[in-house]
Amino acid sequence: MELHCLSIHQLAAELAKGQVSSCQATEHLFERIERHDPVIHGYLELQQDAAIAQADRIDKRRNDGETLGPLAGVPLAIKDNICVSHGRTTCASKILGNFQSPYDAHVIEALNAADAVILGKTNLDEFAMGASTENSGFGLTRNPWNPETVPGGSSGGSAAVVAADLAYAALGSDTGGSIRQPAAFCSVVGLKPTYGRVSRYGLVAFGSSLDQIGPIAKTVPDAALLLAAIASHDRRDSTSAELEVGDYLAEIERPVKPLRIGVASEYFGPGLDKEIAQAVRRALDLYESLGAEIVELSMPLNKYALAVYYIVATAEASSNLARYDGVRYGYRDRDSKDHIDMYSASRAHGFGAEVKRRIMLGTYTLSAGYYDAYYLKALKVRTLIKQDFDKAFEQVDCIAGPVTPTPPFKLGEKIDDPLTLYLSDVYTVMANLTGLPAISIPCGFSSAGLPIGLQLTTKAFSEELLLRIARMFEQATDYHQRKPKLQS
Amino acid sequence: MPAKIDPDQVRRIARLARINLTQEELEQFSNQLSDILNYVDQLSELNTEGVEPTTGPLKISNVFRQDQAARSLSSEQALANAPCRHGDFFAVPKVLE
Repeated sequence: MELHCLSIHQLAAELAKGQVSSCQATEHLFERIERHDPVIHGYLELQQDAAIAQADRIDKRRNDGETLGPLAGVPLAIKDNICVSHGRTTCASKILGNFQSPYDAHVIEALNAADAVILGKTNLDEFAMGASTENSGFGLTRNPWNPETVPGGSSGGSAAVVAADLAYAALGSDTGGSIRQPAAFCSVVGLKPTYGRVSRYGLVAFGSSLDQIGPIAKTVPDAALLLAAIASHDRRDSTSAELEVGDYLAEIERPVKPLRIGVASEYFGPGLDKEIAQAVRRALDLYESLGAEIVELSMPLNKYALAVYYIVATAEASSNLARYDGVRYGYRDRDSKDHIDMYSASRAHGFGAEVKRRIMLGTYTLSAGYYDAYYLKALKVRTLIKQDFDKAFEQVDCIAGPVTPTPPFKLGEKIDDPLTLYLSDVYTVMANLTGLPAISIPCGFSSAGLPIGLQLTTKAFSEELLLRIARMFEQATDYHQRKPKLQS
Repeated sequence: MPAKIDPDQVRRIARLARINLTQEELEQFSNQLSDILNYVDQLSELNTEGVEPTTGPLKISNVFRQDQAARSLSSEQALANAPCRHGDFFAVPKVLE
């Protein structure tokens, strides 16, 4: 197999045997990026010198017989809303176009401690707001499977570069599906860990009660390896859980038996694409043939999750994004005569349309006279949705369903109709509202050759179980091994 | 609840959010925000009497730490991204007349 096609586990084995060096692997990927990324545009910034210097350090330490970290010499990509102390952190927003973070995010410290190599920063919808990566302030990203379609979003750059073998894996963030939906659209593995499992210190905040960092990888064991590297308690994020990190790899190859998989009939409503419904049903049949019991569930409150999400997420965003005022960092309008004018002009210039729309919506639902009707109401329905899931997990170990209602859509198709684009998140927002861990794994292709994902959800802090269940499917199928034909 | 957010209301919200909008944006947001609010209005079908609100997935509150001095960013680091500075300060347009 070609060097860039290897999984992290395969690359690590080659590195350990001395068959290849980290420098060779890193330089090989940069050559590949140079050839293919002009079309895909998954990267916003490459950190070539720093990456090769780090790869060289790891190679030398390996030659000296030093004990190395679990990701030693493995080149990875980072979503550009995660702070890295060299290069820029832009969130794909013009308001942060030249921002240089003075510190590393917790997950970057963790990757450095694991001896990983960072290739660069990947594209996203501005401030992670979107489902197509078309809302980037610095140009859109194309889906490697078909450059006329979107890669999903908001972690579209991360998913696209992993799918195109321009990184061995990547970090993304997931507020309403932003890891899982692009993973499904690009036929890679995307894991949103339990809320609290991974510290958000250094993740630029969007919806603070929803945001979580997680891995996008080529295989389930690679996602497990990355999660193990980044998960831990961190007192700098007061929502990070003081729970021991599981050994996600120890039993990953051992099938879960007995296994009860719940399927909500509501997931297969009229909004779901037929081919996706078929692929998900086939996946369930496969699990059944592997010994799982499929349990039909009724989750009637799921249909309200999207409405709750767009109230909660925008309310939190309107508050979090108040910090972009042109005072301490970011773009400042120079022609304003007073400070209020300076804030309003800087924000008007610096934010794109979707970010403005969401700040406006959040400002409205939090404003006097509407708070009870919208925001408080949404928080109460959030409680009901959580109870629905608690009840479901009394009957089953895992809930399975689609990740997205449609296959990857055409570039530009939904850009003028925000509400239609929001519907892309209809199956993914529940895991954020409830905090539950959820994974997207490749489960087929449409007749047009576009990827389809399967979503699995388990109880809070049960990532070990979730990854094992996902691995059962991956072992029995070859969807994750298929590669897109790239244009250059 | 209002079925339609008119451009005047959009202007009022924009002032609260500190974002200048063009006339074109005012009209576009008036339509789009109305559509979104009509969609989220489906929550009013649900009876939530006596239901406690959920503000976050974890049942935690008031996470305290020791009140101890620790290292933080230097002034230089903190000011490095400032669009405008005077010495060790962030400079802004005049606030008080």
